[in-house]
Amino acid sequence: MKKLMLTGVLGVVTLAIAGSAAASAATLDDVKAKGFVQCGVSQGLPGFSNPDANGNWSGMDVDLCRAVAAAIFGNGDAVKFTPLSAKERFTALQSGEIDLLSRNTTWTMSRDTQLGLNFAGVNYYDGQGFMIRTSMNINSALELSGASICTNTGTTTELNVADYFRANNMEYELVAFEKSDEVVAAYDAGRCDVYTTDQSGLYAQRLKLTNPGEHKVLPEIISKEPLGPVVRQGDDQWFNIVKWAHIATVNAEELGITQANVDEMAAGDNPAAKRLLGTEGEFGAGIGLSNDWAANIIKAVGNYGEIFNRNVGPDTPLGIARGINALWSKGGLQYGPPVR
Amino acid sequence: MAVTDVTPNGPGSAHDDSAPKVALLNNPEIRGWLFQVVLAVVVAYLAYSGWKNMNANLQAAGIASGWAFLNNNAGFAISQSLIEYNQASSTYGRVYLVGLINTLVVAVIGVILATIIGFLIGVARLSKNWMVSRLAAVYVESLRNIPLLLQIFIWYFGVLRLLPQPRDGLDFGFFGLLNNRGYFAPKPVWGDGAIYTLYAFIAACVIAWGIGRWARARQMATGQIFPAFWVGFAVIVLLPVIVFLAAGAPLTWDVPVAGGFRPKGGMTIIPEYIAMLVALSTYTATYIAEIVRAGILAVSKGQTEAAHALGLRSGPTLRLVIIPQALRIIIPPLTNQYLNLTKNSSLAVAIAYPELTSVFAGTALNQTGQAVEIISLTMLTYLTISLLTSAFMNWYNSRVALVER
Repeated sequence: MKKLMLTGVLGVVTLAIAGSAAASAATLDDVKAKGFVQCGVSQGLPGFSNPDANGNWSGMDVDLCRAVAAAIFGNGDAVKFTPLSAKERFTALQSGEIDLLSRNTTWTMSRDTQLGLNFAGVNYYDGQGFMIRTSMNINSALELSGASICTNTGTTTELNVADYFRANNMEYELVAFEKSDEVVAAYDAGRCDVYTTDQSGLYAQRLKLTNPGEHKVLPEIISKEPLGPVVRQGDDQWFNIVKWAHIATVNAEELGITQANVDEMAAGDNPAAKRLLGTEGEFGAGIGLSNDWAANIIKAVGNYGEIFNRNVGPDTPLGIARGINALWSKGGLQYGPPVR
Repeated sequence: MAVTDVTPNGPGSAHDDSAPKVALLNNPEIRGWLFQVVLAVVVAYLAYSGWKNMNANLQAAGIASGWAFLNNNAGFAISQSLIEYNQASSTYGRVYLVGLINTLVVAVIGVILATIIGFLIGVARLSKNWMVSRLAAVYVESLRNIPLLLQIFIWYFGVLRLLPQPRDGLDFGFFGLLNNRGYFAPKPVWGDGAIYTLYAFIAACVIAWGIGRWARARQMATGQIFPAFWVGFAVIVLLPVIVFLAAGAPLTWDVPVAGGFRPKGGMTIIPEYIAMLVALSTYTATYIAEIVRAGILAVSKGQTEAAHALGLRSGPTLRLVIIPQALRIIIPPLTNQYLNLTKNSSLAVAIAYPELTSVFAGTALNQTGQAVEIISLTMLTYLTISLLTSAFMNWYNSRVALVER
């Protein structure tokens, strides 16, 4: 009996040591082995990552997860989603709980260099804004001195507000909640004069208020918020796959490839489109995928323009204009390096 | 161990005059030691390898580590701080202190309130008045069976919805303003010489304590009762007041004035604090009430009857006979409730009350990304608070415990 217990203890010790030494580098192999991509998303932000009544996720960040899954498996549904708070997100990625973080996360230098993470591109250029009640008759953020401001903890938002109010010599009271739902509820109950977060988020959360029509978003944008997918540092192959999954959607829009005409374009005459869609050249091999990786992405989620319009565009409840998220050729910032 | 003789020498097999020869491994004392040493080595090795592994992994993943971040500028605002905090220049170390103090402020006041409410409800539940005891029972059974987080939300959003917007807030004149940004109370501004009032207060407390001792000794010796409580109370109130007036009443009030987004001046009690305090104290009070009821019921009825037979009225019976005996049963479980309340204060993160978990293990953690350092410091802090609370309660318990002769 004693001997048995001792063996048991030693077994546990061995396991603990072996288990903690894991942290493998080849995410693609792991993903292929388990058959799906584990993707970290928000806990519900309309237009970016939001579950419907049946638990189906949709949004721009969700489509990026689906694009990666489509590139690997040819199936945009080979994704499992992990809803994460702003606070949990980096730890979840660092610890290997998720393969990819696609959760309206701002690319900053400290996050890129000190957390052991890499940002794989920008799928939405955002900026921080303010929402207030129309009845307050305020037209500029500069009139907000002394206001109470509601926001989320663990975001760049808190620091941006601090910088903005300090730079303009204004006072404020910050009320920071753990979850967005509580921020919305507190703002709705009148705890705060102002709700601040990324402007896209303001448009999205406004839909959850009792009377969305009574609130407006102020014109000022007080920060640069390039939102993009994040992966662990030290796995360049996986980094490349996520990076190029996004670039493929941007290039597809530029080349006029849509969900509807992807097969036509693959068989067509445009050499750039044929290289992207894999009917010319061997580009898939370079990132460890099949040659039709990009074609699969477009079939699953469409090009960048389609993703934008379907989730946040003018015809959705959010009604956000393309603005700086238009293609570079149309005056925006979305620019895909060529497939060559 | 291998050098020992391994002849089988079971107990009773030989009747030599020398001690029976037993293999060292079968010697119960040595076996006991051996297993303890093995266990200690295994535990130490586990801890060591875990630590080594963590450091290696942090380094391999390129995650920053170390404590230098505590001296970096935090750069974010905190809605309640009892010590000087400036978002422009205060450090993460300061954030830690502000969070710690906010935790303590809600925990200490919560413990006091919960104890008072708990004792009242516990006694009320034993009342012979049917209505009072039923009401106390309803209070206990409903509040302790609803999850605390839910109650915090109910209080918070309830408080927010009930209170008016700042524009049509309630104005109590000198006594401040009340709206959904909080209660804006007048703030005392002490002038020169105010410190003597504090000295007078401390001196009065010492004098009152001395009177109490003297009165007790005299009662023991002569049986004469001296109204020590009322005399002591009078000293504590009157002496500081006299000194205060003699110093020329060096006190002015900074009364808040309505206007703009929020009232100016005064001191603010934010709604998050009120909600947290009410939720924690009313919830914990239900448990304390049951502990108090159990303690009182555990004192046998004969004690009351004996006290009455000796001629004690019900007041002194409760104070001198029942409560001291009940306390022995009450104190240990009461300590648990105090610890629970303190730890539950970390739920404040849900409603934006800026306590330790929220500002330090929340915001600061996210800005710096140093999860290992921040989480371990936070855990260590809660552990320290809890151990200190236990130590104090154990000391108090040993004072009221039954002295056996």
